[in-house]
Amino acid sequence: MSRYISFRDFDWVLFIFVLLLCVLGMMEIRSATAHTKFAGAHIKQLYWIVAGIGCMFMMSLLNYQVLLERVHWMYIAAIASLMVVMIFGQKYLGARRWVKMPGGWHFQPSEWVKLILILAVAKYFADLQQRELSWSDFVKAGAIVGVPMLMVLAQPDLGTALTYIPIALMGLFLGGLRTRQALAVVLLAGLMMPLAWHGLKPYQRERLTSFLEPEADRQGSGYQVIQSLIAVGSGGIWGSSAGSQTHLSFLPVPQTDFIFAAFAEEHGFVGALSVMLLYFIVLMRLTQNAQTAPDRAGTFVVMGVVAVLSFHILVNIGMVVGFMPVTGIPLPLMSYGGSSVLFMFLALGIVMNVRMRRFVN
Amino acid sequence: MYGRDEKVSPIRLTAVQYIVLGIFLILAYGLWRLQVVQSDFYANLAEKNRIRNVPILAPRGRILDREGRTIVDNYPSFTALLLRDSSRDLTLDADLIAQGLHLDPKEVKDRIRHFAASPQYQPIYLKDDITPDELAFIESHRNELPELDTIMAHRRLYPRNGFMAHLVGYVGEVSEDMLNQPQFELYNPGDIVGKSGVELEYNQVLMGKNGSRRAVVNSRGKEVQTLEDTPAESGRALKLTVDLDLQIAAEQALAGHNGAIVAMDPRNGEILAMVSRPTFDPNDFAVRISHDEWAKLVNDDDHPLLNKAIQAQLAPGSTFKIIMATAGLQEGIAQDMHVVCNGGATFYGRYFKCWVTAEHRVHGVVGIDKAIYQSCDVFFYTLAERLGIGRIAKYATMFGLGQRTGIDLPQEVSGVMPSEEWKIRNFKQKWYAGETISVGIGQGAVAVTPLQLAHAVGAIASGGLLVRPHVTKPQDLPSNVIPASSVPDQVRIPLDPQNWEIITDAMANVVNPIGTAPSAHLQGIDFAGKTGSAQTISNLAKARLGALGKSKFKDNGWFVGVEPRRNPEIVVCALLEEGEHGYLAARTVAQVIKAHVEKQRRTPSKIAKGSSKVEVGAVWGDADPDGSDQGAVHAGRLVLDLPKERLPLATAAPGVN
Repeated sequence: MSRYISFRDFDWVLFIFVLLLCVLGMMEIRSATAHTKFAGAHIKQLYWIVAGIGCMFMMSLLNYQVLLERVHWMYIAAIASLMVVMIFGQKYLGARRWVKMPGGWHFQPSEWVKLILILAVAKYFADLQQRELSWSDFVKAGAIVGVPMLMVLAQPDLGTALTYIPIALMGLFLGGLRTRQALAVVLLAGLMMPLAWHGLKPYQRERLTSFLEPEADRQGSGYQVIQSLIAVGSGGIWGSSAGSQTHLSFLPVPQTDFIFAAFAEEHGFVGALSVMLLYFIVLMRLTQNAQTAPDRAGTFVVMGVVAVLSFHILVNIGMVVGFMPVTGIPLPLMSYGGSSVLFMFLALGIVMNVRMRRFVN
Repeated sequence: MYGRDEKVSPIRLTAVQYIVLGIFLILAYGLWRLQVVQSDFYANLAEKNRIRNVPILAPRGRILDREGRTIVDNYPSFTALLLRDSSRDLTLDADLIAQGLHLDPKEVKDRIRHFAASPQYQPIYLKDDITPDELAFIESHRNELPELDTIMAHRRLYPRNGFMAHLVGYVGEVSEDMLNQPQFELYNPGDIVGKSGVELEYNQVLMGKNGSRRAVVNSRGKEVQTLEDTPAESGRALKLTVDLDLQIAAEQALAGHNGAIVAMDPRNGEILAMVSRPTFDPNDFAVRISHDEWAKLVNDDDHPLLNKAIQAQLAPGSTFKIIMATAGLQEGIAQDMHVVCNGGATFYGRYFKCWVTAEHRVHGVVGIDKAIYQSCDVFFYTLAERLGIGRIAKYATMFGLGQRTGIDLPQEVSGVMPSEEWKIRNFKQKWYAGETISVGIGQGAVAVTPLQLAHAVGAIASGGLLVRPHVTKPQDLPSNVIPASSVPDQVRIPLDPQNWEIITDAMANVVNPIGTAPSAHLQGIDFAGKTGSAQTISNLAKARLGALGKSKFKDNGWFVGVEPRRNPEIVVCALLEEGEHGYLAARTVAQVIKAHVEKQRRTPSKIAKGSSKVEVGAVWGDADPDGSDQGAVHAGRLVLDLPKERLPLATAAPGVN
């Protein structure tokens, strides 16, 4: 089988667009942090990207079908790692998200659980042969995602927990979700809303209320939202060369979740729209790869990546333009941060994996 | 084994693509709305964020005495503050900072914690008006403690211990009430303005024009670039008519008493000294007065904030007899009036005592001069009865009693000069003739301020020239701020020279052995005046209060003195609250007069120094065309302009060879 595997079938177009986004992200990180204590973050980002690309190539060499064979073990390992976090995790800023590893490394399992969930959901739906989803399948699929999601929610890490939802939704939708089931999902979400509100930590509620009415607390929790809006808005069509909001550090910690706001300020509507176009091309290219996947599982895997990526973009850019509350979700490929970069490249590795095997069978 | 034929529904995949497209269109709309539609709005907000208008505070003008010596100055005052650079944990430095600034470390930590939630660009103010060694600490720890910084403001430096505090006044942040008044409408909240005294009256002169700096700041408030710099214009220095030497003498003379002293040049109305006791320290207001301190000043029974020289309205007692004598003489009644003082007399069925009974004496036969220097009450009771309240009120009013003198100080009070109309107007009651008798010795409803008394007596001693008092010379002020006053600058009240001599000679005898204040006599100085002891409550009420009343409501001692007795250069009025006797006040005045005369004798007279004209006598003959000696001899006096460099008189005067 391996003789069919060739890097000629590697999706170089996708890779180039992804690299382009990474480079733009790095440049913006460099510009936004130049005068802050985070200066030099773009170099670290570069190391992560290089490491990510390495992981991607390695991932693309592994046969995803072999991975899917063993996905139940991986799923068990994922649940176990989340439990380890719950018990031994490092408490930081009121949340238990990291496990301290030997050698000073901090490991955040909730990121790679995302990857395992993509595979697990893909495997589950690929094994189903029906055109339409039965209620029991519906519940089981929900449980596969729901259990780790609740565990991450308990850390608490609302942002990451929410990113699990699109994986389930994508699986359900492509797996043959019926209208009534779709209504059930909507109904369930509606019922969960007040319950979720009740379960939120005060700071999380504050984020939500400040999103709805940022002016109410200009200097408190609404500060980031307002400064982000000002940054984006003052960028105008062609961008503000002074880049004042970012460069004078009115926009707090611009290199992570608010990198798009910094970019939009510096490069304006034209620049920001161009970046969105790049993302759109990447997503369309991924969907195309899903269509040409050798099997159902491959399609599900790639579409799972599409779901996560789209959700990240929706929530992050939505937050920057004031459509979404601040949830602490990074913009994939551009935001500074090792976990995020590694996840994206590992996910892309699986996508390449699927693509490179498109002519198999 | 995975190669299932059942493909995922392509329709649903396409649907996903459309959903993604939809999401992107919504996000693009969001961007368009912010960056294209509302771009100006946000650009404006960003501008407000980063451009800060930093006011450059203009220092207030200094306040100088008549010789240009500084009374009130400014000093740069530094406030220590913490810039909150997020990269440092400020609480770690708290101990060192607290040590350097002499603060409690716990307090510093509490402050840092307290402001932890507020935005970063707001600095934490640690300490106002830090000392030089604290400033040195900050300067020397710039590297270790980069977050510790200072801002500078000019603060008022007033004389210590409340010296001249009432006249000078104090400054403070402009209040809401003041901002609503038309003369303060151009001021901004936070401006420092005069709140009382000269500081308030001449605020417009003293207050400079704040400059401003437009600067780009970062989120921590640090200035990274200056766009525009308008320097501040400092306020103009204000020269007062006050003579610092005399002020010192007056302050010393009043030490240990409550009351007031005001010294004035009756020739031109220039106030030479003004003291009020008890006093307050305006420096306490210069930084930020604490609530307790303010309450203490306001609620003090002795009213330390009150400028008693212009704001105390009290019965003038026997000093009023100068007005009475003037009225009596001008009306032609007092010249030949002689009364026998047996320690009292009965008027309208009531017995009025003369003060002399307290010394178990009587005055015997009293004429107008003895009535003044011995302050005989019986004489003035009789004179009051003959004059009637109408004529008394006429003269008193003529010399400015019962109305504001128009001095250029805020919140002057008018005092009270009772009359029949006054009583009907205020009490809807008829005037009782018996009340006139009390008014005759400056009791009853008569109430004056020390300034009014100096003003009136100074005018009488000057032969009727009543000059409006003022603390600044109009020529020292910018042309646009000459204070408008409804009171005329000077009024000449016709006064018979004979009467003038009688009164002033009798006043000179007051400080002679035959007078009421012999202990105030000044050897070799033509000092004249009039004592007064005024009851603060009626004798009846005092009797009712018993011993307590006697100690609490002691008489007020007054003295108003002039030097020389006629056309005086200076008039001084002293009020010693609970000073019992006028002669104590006379000694107080004598100290000030003595200081004045001694100073005048040390320095050459003002006329010789200041005049640019000289009057010379000359004799000359007509210069005959043919040179004969026939021409008439002429004599005369010439007024010559003196050149800057003084020429010998011989060459300066024409016709003198």
